Amino acid sequence: MEVSTILFLTSGLFLGWALGANDAANVFGTAVGSRMIKFSTAAIVCSVFVVLGAVASGTGAAHTLGKLGAITALPGAFMAAFSAGFSVYLMTKAGIAVSTTQAIVGSIIGWNLFSGTATDSSALTKIVTTWVVCPLLAAGISMILFTAVTAFLRRSNIHLLRTDAYTRIGLLAAGAFGAYSLGANNIGNVVGVFIPSSPFTDFSFGDIFTLTSIEQLFLVGALAIAVGVITYSKRVMMTVGRGMIPLSPVGAWVAVVSHSIVLFLFASRGLESFLASHGLPTIPLVPVSSSQAVVGAVLGIALLRGGRNIRWRVVGSIVIGWGLTPVIAGIICFVGLYFLQNVFNQQVYIPVL
Amino acid sequence: MELTSNIRLFGRTKALEGEIDEFLNKLSESALLFKHALAIYFRAGANEEFDDKLKHVNALESEADHLRRSIERQLYEHTLIPESRGDVLGLVENLDSIINLLEGSLWNFSIETPDIPEEFHADYLALAEMSALAVEHVVMASRAFFTNIDDANNHNHKVMFYEKETDKISTKLKRAIFAADLDLAHKAHLRNFVEHIDNAADSAEDVADRLAIYVIKRTV
Repeated sequence: MEVSTILFLTSGLFLGWALGANDAANVFGTAVGSRMIKFSTAAIVCSVFVVLGAVASGTGAAHTLGKLGAITALPGAFMAAFSAGFSVYLMTKAGIAVSTTQAIVGSIIGWNLFSGTATDSSALTKIVTTWVVCPLLAAGISMILFTAVTAFLRRSNIHLLRTDAYTRIGLLAAGAFGAYSLGANNIGNVVGVFIPSSPFTDFSFGDIFTLTSIEQLFLVGALAIAVGVITYSKRVMMTVGRGMIPLSPVGAWVAVVSHSIVLFLFASRGLESFLASHGLPTIPLVPVSSSQAVVGAVLGIALLRGGRNIRWRVVGSIVIGWGLTPVIAGIICFVGLYFLQNVFNQQVYIPVL
Repeated sequence: MELTSNIRLFGRTKALEGEIDEFLNKLSESALLFKHALAIYFRAGANEEFDDKLKHVNALESEADHLRRSIERQLYEHTLIPESRGDVLGLVENLDSIINLLEGSLWNFSIETPDIPEEFHADYLALAEMSALAVEHVVMASRAFFTNIDDANNHNHKVMFYEKETDKISTKLKRAIFAADLDLAHKAHLRNFVEHIDNAADSAEDVADRLAIYVIKRTV
């Protein structure tokens, strides 16, 4: 592999690192923040399951992202991933919870505009629609789940201490499921843009199993996410765990499970084929935002409690951030591509003949 | 690694549940013994049988102290119930102070052997009965706090009821004492013993008030 190839892949790794540092907090933040689970345990479980989810079922959501705009040249992919990572970094600095999903979509559209490639409007509509649906769905699921779980706990008369022990196990399991879903759903954001120009070749371990070039790409991206989780997510976890609306440990569990269900729904090929085979409408496999899902889930629980504790100004700024992120990423990508092409003489796209 | 620590977590949880139950049993038993000891005192004075009850309450108090320390240490050492451990800590400490009051009150009877005229015996005994009932219901409310939170308020309500009853009896008794033909020192001495018995019910009510808040915190 050439040095330049590795260099260009680094922006994907940067984006993966940023995703690990930020989005791991959506999965384990409430558990770690409320001291129910130790950070070291959370970091290990999260890393392992992110990698598993990415490699085992990452292709579905990544495919939709690929349809939005197939970035044909590696330097172009570099800039798309870099501008997404950079805008996530900027928004995080400004204290706005954003997600890599919006950023990468903005970047791809920036690349499309620069290269004169038509944006697949149906894929774009699909993605943007899920951004609205995702938090609403998460809120709905968390409301149902919270009502059911609290009703069950009140009736079952389980000892407070035992409920605590069950909640810890539940948080760990939900976190593992959340990390798996995060890997499966969001790996496309991290390395999806590199798929058309993947520098890897298929690799076989004897007859046992084959890692395709895409799976290798996903593995590298997932490892970058894991590094982000281990090195930088603790602070964000503490902020998410303690800074948002105060949640009881059971509320935290409901939030994580609802978030994970939503991410899983938008990434599961198995579910898609099951629905299709029974003639039911399928759920599009789209990378959705982990932050949107968790914010929706928490708001759902807060609304159930009468919505007294909700700070609507914070919610407003989060929603504005969601709208602003793709625009900023798109602009950074467009300007960056201009410099990459005209100052560094890199071919950022292969013109369609 | 995580699995073994989780198995240990369940073992630890079960042991701690047992200790909390045992602690509550000690308090409930102390209240019953307190009632019996006073019945003996009013029947036969501070005799050997009374001393036996006092020794028993004394032993229960030491055991409860030991359990309280163990419960508190485990809650904090293993970061159990991080949300409610402050409340549980407060609950256990306040319940423990009720046992101390019961024990202290019996010691006072044993040391000072107050000379209580027969005409007041019935009211003193009724006061002890109501006080013990208040303590027993606060024990039940505390148990419900751990297992059946909806029931905690029912017991709390009864604690309030019995505390009000003790207030009525103690006011009536004090009026009668001070209206009686006794010297002032004797009256003051008798009044102190009304207060010793009444204090246990007051403490039970304080715990019930706190419990009501803990219940709201847990159900919100």
